[in-house]
Amino acid sequence: MTSSPSRINFPAVAIVSAWTGVLVVISFWMSRQAYHWLPVQASTAAPLVDGLFSFETALATFVVCWVVSIITWVVLFNRADKYDMSDAEPIEGNTRLEIIWTVIPALIVFGIAFYAVRVNQQLAVLGPMEHIHRGSPVEEVGGYVGDRLPSETVEVIARQWSWEFRYPKANVSSTELHLPVDKPVTFRLVSEDVIHGFYVPAFRLKQDIIPGRAIDFNLTPTREGRYRLRDSMYSGTWFATNQADVVVESSNGFQHWLEQAASQPLQPGLSDAVQEYDQRQQAGAKGWATVRPAPRPQVNVPGSNTLPHEA
Amino acid sequence: MTTAPFDPRVLKSNAPVPGAPDNWKRFFSFNTDAKVIGIQYISVAIFFLLVGGLLAMIMRGELITPENDLVDRTVYNGLYTMHGTIMLFMFIFPILNGLNNLLIPTMIGAPDMAFPRLNAVAFWMVPVFGFILMASFILPGGPANSGWWSYPPVSTQNPLGHLISGESMWLLAVALSGVSSIIGALNFVTTIIRMRAPGMTFFRMPIFIWTVWAAQTLQLIGLPALTGGAIMLLFDLVVGTSFFQPEGGGDPVLYQHFFWFYSHPAVYVIILPVFGIFSELFSAHSRKPLFGYLFVALASFAIVFLGLIVWVHHFFPSGVPEWMRNLFMVTTMLISVPTGVKVFAWLATIWGGKIQLNTPMLFCLGGLFNFVFAGVTGIMLATVPIDIHVNNTYFVVGHFHYVIYGAAVMGIFAAIYHWFSKFTGRMYYEGLGKLHFALTFIGSNLNFFPMHPLGLMGMPRRVSSYDPEFTFWNVVASLGSFLLGVSIIPFLLNMISSWVRGPKAPQNPWQAIGLEWLLPSPPPAENFEENVPTVISGPYGYGTGKPLVENQAAYENQQFQEV
Repeated sequence: MTSSPSRINFPAVAIVSAWTGVLVVISFWMSRQAYHWLPVQASTAAPLVDGLFSFETALATFVVCWVVSIITWVVLFNRADKYDMSDAEPIEGNTRLEIIWTVIPALIVFGIAFYAVRVNQQLAVLGPMEHIHRGSPVEEVGGYVGDRLPSETVEVIARQWSWEFRYPKANVSSTELHLPVDKPVTFRLVSEDVIHGFYVPAFRLKQDIIPGRAIDFNLTPTREGRYRLRDSMYSGTWFATNQADVVVESSNGFQHWLEQAASQPLQPGLSDAVQEYDQRQQAGAKGWATVRPAPRPQVNVPGSNTLPHEA
Repeated sequence: MTTAPFDPRVLKSNAPVPGAPDNWKRFFSFNTDAKVIGIQYISVAIFFLLVGGLLAMIMRGELITPENDLVDRTVYNGLYTMHGTIMLFMFIFPILNGLNNLLIPTMIGAPDMAFPRLNAVAFWMVPVFGFILMASFILPGGPANSGWWSYPPVSTQNPLGHLISGESMWLLAVALSGVSSIIGALNFVTTIIRMRAPGMTFFRMPIFIWTVWAAQTLQLIGLPALTGGAIMLLFDLVVGTSFFQPEGGGDPVLYQHFFWFYSHPAVYVIILPVFGIFSELFSAHSRKPLFGYLFVALASFAIVFLGLIVWVHHFFPSGVPEWMRNLFMVTTMLISVPTGVKVFAWLATIWGGKIQLNTPMLFCLGGLFNFVFAGVTGIMLATVPIDIHVNNTYFVVGHFHYVIYGAAVMGIFAAIYHWFSKFTGRMYYEGLGKLHFALTFIGSNLNFFPMHPLGLMGMPRRVSSYDPEFTFWNVVASLGSFLLGVSIIPFLLNMISSWVRGPKAPQNPWQAIGLEWLLPSPPPAENFEENVPTVISGPYGYGTGKPLVENQAAYENQQFQEV
């Protein structure tokens, strides 16, 4: 109603400005804290994702704190007495204010979107994800067609419920993923049964693995260490156990591991699901019906998934 | 209007429940009175809230330790699938339809719904598909266990090979639920468009009616996609077609499009009426007109339009092309604009008001806080690079539980307390109500906040066991869930005891403005009967001194009901 600002209430403007300043400081502090809520950064993608998250944490903190401030103020100072049922001053709207609070959020949203699209483009340069091959890729990769693939390619075969990693050039397979640090790697992701998700939190990257397609997926690890690879798309009974370790090591260490692995005979790899399934059958299979786990993959190196991991 | 085999005078009584002989039997019959159907919907929904909550508490019991040690993994997977399904299809949609039934006719001055028999059919389908869902628990293979999304191929793996499996019963129940909701939506939309009291133009409708209209329009547009997808999946499962089976040339990601084309808008079907409740209650309990009525009303349909073009954000990591990721990210973020318009309008409404901190107002304020929190995490989820990291982790679980329980269910509780007196003729107990609020607010934040750090750390959703580094926040969440389970006890005590022997309610205990408050509590079977008022001003005239209808004093003194 009172759309004509007859006089400016200077104390109110001062208080609002000061409080905005306080909230800006709090928001900035939260944006620094945000990095600590995330796992270690172990890929070239991670700093870009974390920067965006930190920025949005600051905005989020500012918005939430303002809303909480207003609610708190109203609850403290705008209370009516218990039996006071009289009406407040009837302010039905303020068109100028309503246009402002439509336009400013829209501008902020476009700002965030602009920033996020740029990060998307940078991520796409780091690891393009659009190379999807249709057909029957499981048979294709089954035959070690290493000469067709670029040198740093790792084939990832997801099953219910195990992970198998094949290094076609070295003719090595493993149930533990080893990668050289600071070298781009291309994964060729295939699934033999249902949709799985290739997710390494320390890399901040995730790609669904769709049966019937082979999906090329690129990333560059930047930090040596042992991390978790988790299945991120629900895949059935032993979904929770469908994890593998990712070991990022120096170039020399990686070459050494490959050579060692090549000399090992094929042996049963890791599969917690097979182990639990066998125990369950012996105990009389209490619970509901389940798909039988795929047999343990035959690999050169089973590796381990019980050592301490960093993320 | 009614087909129940009772003396019509009993049904028209001003105080039908309790008191009149055998009157309670109406609630177990094929009754066509929208007010009876509304209470039927709400009662069935609250029963299923208890069932779904119990399942959730067993899940949180499993997750209080990292190892899988309480229930078998197959059981855990069945529990989380049925928890989501029951909470959405058996609790939240039915309880909202219950509020629609109670409030639409009374708020717009209609005697009943446009199609009372269809209305009763839509309701009675709820116990039918509820029974089908619950019966799947006793099948040899157990209930559906592929999540409430039921993505193929994992959902079409049928280990026992039986035709009647948990999954096929689940699909049947979901398809029936879709049909029931479509019938309901037709009824609500028709009633709103055709049966308003004289003088109630579109821009004199209460915001709750606007938001229900918007939400039910979404149902009509989106549900055929889900129902179609469910039927195709049923064919894949039992007839052996390959719509979604890669080995037969089908595409599993196609199902995700069908599913989310409806199931994302479904979130707005849930939250829009709750926006309506917030708009009604903030205005009434602050004794101030709703700030910016026109913007708030139109924002509902802006949300409908945008809500229909954001569905791909649910599966950014499934190999959708870059241009699609960017497009759906921008549309998703744009939803925050009309939503923000509403949030700012509520803040401006309570600002400088005369606040009564009674139970409905407390639930609204708590719900508003939770909603804003869910909103900022929603922006993060819309941002593709962040979503790639947290998609399918507990961050998403935390986000949508803040929306669904923190905002929507708290708004629904607010509505139940606010309108309880109108439809039962009794007042609820304020002390129990406030206790219910305190336990709900603390419990839901304790339960759902820890899910955000867990997701950021990389804990996937739907796991029946987890790595030890996730233990701390899971213990906190589990304790919160048990508190949330306890919080429902004062609610049930309050509802039952005050309905049985609560103090008699006056016609308008809040001094609120609205056609429903011009009716006696509880209203007679056909509401205003022959004396439908003529609306002469907008819905939130607090402090303006403008009467809502012609001859308002006659309605306030109940002169018409003494005939």
